[in-house]
Amino acid sequence: MIAIIDYGAGNIKSLQFALDKLKLESELTTDPQFIRDAKSIILPGVGAFKDAMDALNELDLVSVLKQEISAGKPILGICLGMQLFYEQGFEDGSWEGLGFLKGSVNRITDSVKVPHMGWNTLTQHQDSSLLHNLTDNPSVYFVHSYAVGGNLEKDTLVASAQYGGTIPAIVKKGNIVGMQFHPEKSGKTGIQLLKNYGGLIS
Amino acid sequence: MLAKRIIPCLDVDKGRVVKGKKFQNIQDVADPVELAKRYNEAGADELVFYDITASNEERDIFLDVVENVAKEIAIPFTVGGGIRTVDDIHKVLRSGADKVSINSAAVQNPEIIKEAALKFGSQCIVLSIDAKEVAANNWLVYINGGRKNTGIDAIEWAKRGENLGAGEIVINAIDADGEKNGYNIALTKAIADAVNIPIVASGGAGTIQHFADVLTEGAADAALAASVFHYEEISIPELKNYLESEAITVRSEIEWK
Repeated sequence: MIAIIDYGAGNIKSLQFALDKLKLESELTTDPQFIRDAKSIILPGVGAFKDAMDALNELDLVSVLKQEISAGKPILGICLGMQLFYEQGFEDGSWEGLGFLKGSVNRITDSVKVPHMGWNTLTQHQDSSLLHNLTDNPSVYFVHSYAVGGNLEKDTLVASAQYGGTIPAIVKKGNIVGMQFHPEKSGKTGIQLLKNYGGLIS
Repeated sequence: MLAKRIIPCLDVDKGRVVKGKKFQNIQDVADPVELAKRYNEAGADELVFYDITASNEERDIFLDVVENVAKEIAIPFTVGGGIRTVDDIHKVLRSGADKVSINSAAVQNPEIIKEAALKFGSQCIVLSIDAKEVAANNWLVYINGGRKNTGIDAIEWAKRGENLGAGEIVINAIDADGEKNGYNIALTKAIADAVNIPIVASGGAGTIQHFADVLTEGAADAALAASVFHYEEISIPELKNYLESEAITVRSEIEWK
């Protein structure tokens, strides 16, 4: 069972439909015990950095997430969910993140249109089972105005996209996986990426 | 590289897809879920559903249609038509839509853009503008399905929409809509030059060359069309092959079934 943290107002139904197609059982939840019992956690992306951290704090989920992650439970962060894994976010101010990964979340340069919206190609940085069985030059759907940067640990970068610079697209450190794009909205490639993540947790 | 997007638009009335010419003479064409599946498989990059009568007749958005579409397809889609309140937006997003497009309600109450962008993020708030040329290079915003002139300058309105927090603009040229004589390149370019958010061109697609023109000369990030796709006058794979041959970056992957 995958616990999808239901802490906001965005579209998380599509994620659940995609997991259903892959026969990966999931449930939307904010229940700490359910999260402890699940074999994996997905932190989806909704709204703004501060609001999302506030919501996790209000639901008293920050300590649960920290405990489960340090115990080695696989977690997938999608879009803003991935950004929350970092130490600090600079979306409308400066806010503390979950701090699972080193780095910060900064606005995409204004030399390109912001948000970064649409299908962009992935460039592979290292061999990873997360990238198995993809087509050549796989495209995935991005929609975000902020991106991960700062003092990233280089060996956590699995794939990136080019948009006004290098945008970290897939990151992985041990049991922690982040996808900046929306795999549930990225057609065949996205479904394969979710399947590959499913392979890590079964 | 970021690809230019091809977006079939499905005008929905009472749960069926329809396509009118200049918003008149509406004809019934298909079931939205079936059409969405077909476009997904053909390689559409995104879909848009407009509840075309909602603005005038105060209809609720068809949330069950939205949910059924989300179940069937793994590409992003936008829902518009009759969105008036933050609660309307919330319901549509929770039903499985990725973005919400706001048209008349934003003109009547611009704060809704700001409020919604703060609550849900700019990335899911699309400002849809229906514009009509009233003098050379002078476009005014129309609302209520193109029936009412607001007197607002379309370019100024686009800039204001960006400042309020819209994450994307759909610019529909009312004069070109349904005519199949090409997009309004000048209008699209004027809007694209005025803002730094993605622009979707709408209204007037008739040939594959029209798409190429608006994505290059018109500086659009995406091109939206309805009837040429519904009536299978243009196939999406054929269109994308052509755009690729014209050195326009497109997503060429065949969709997952």
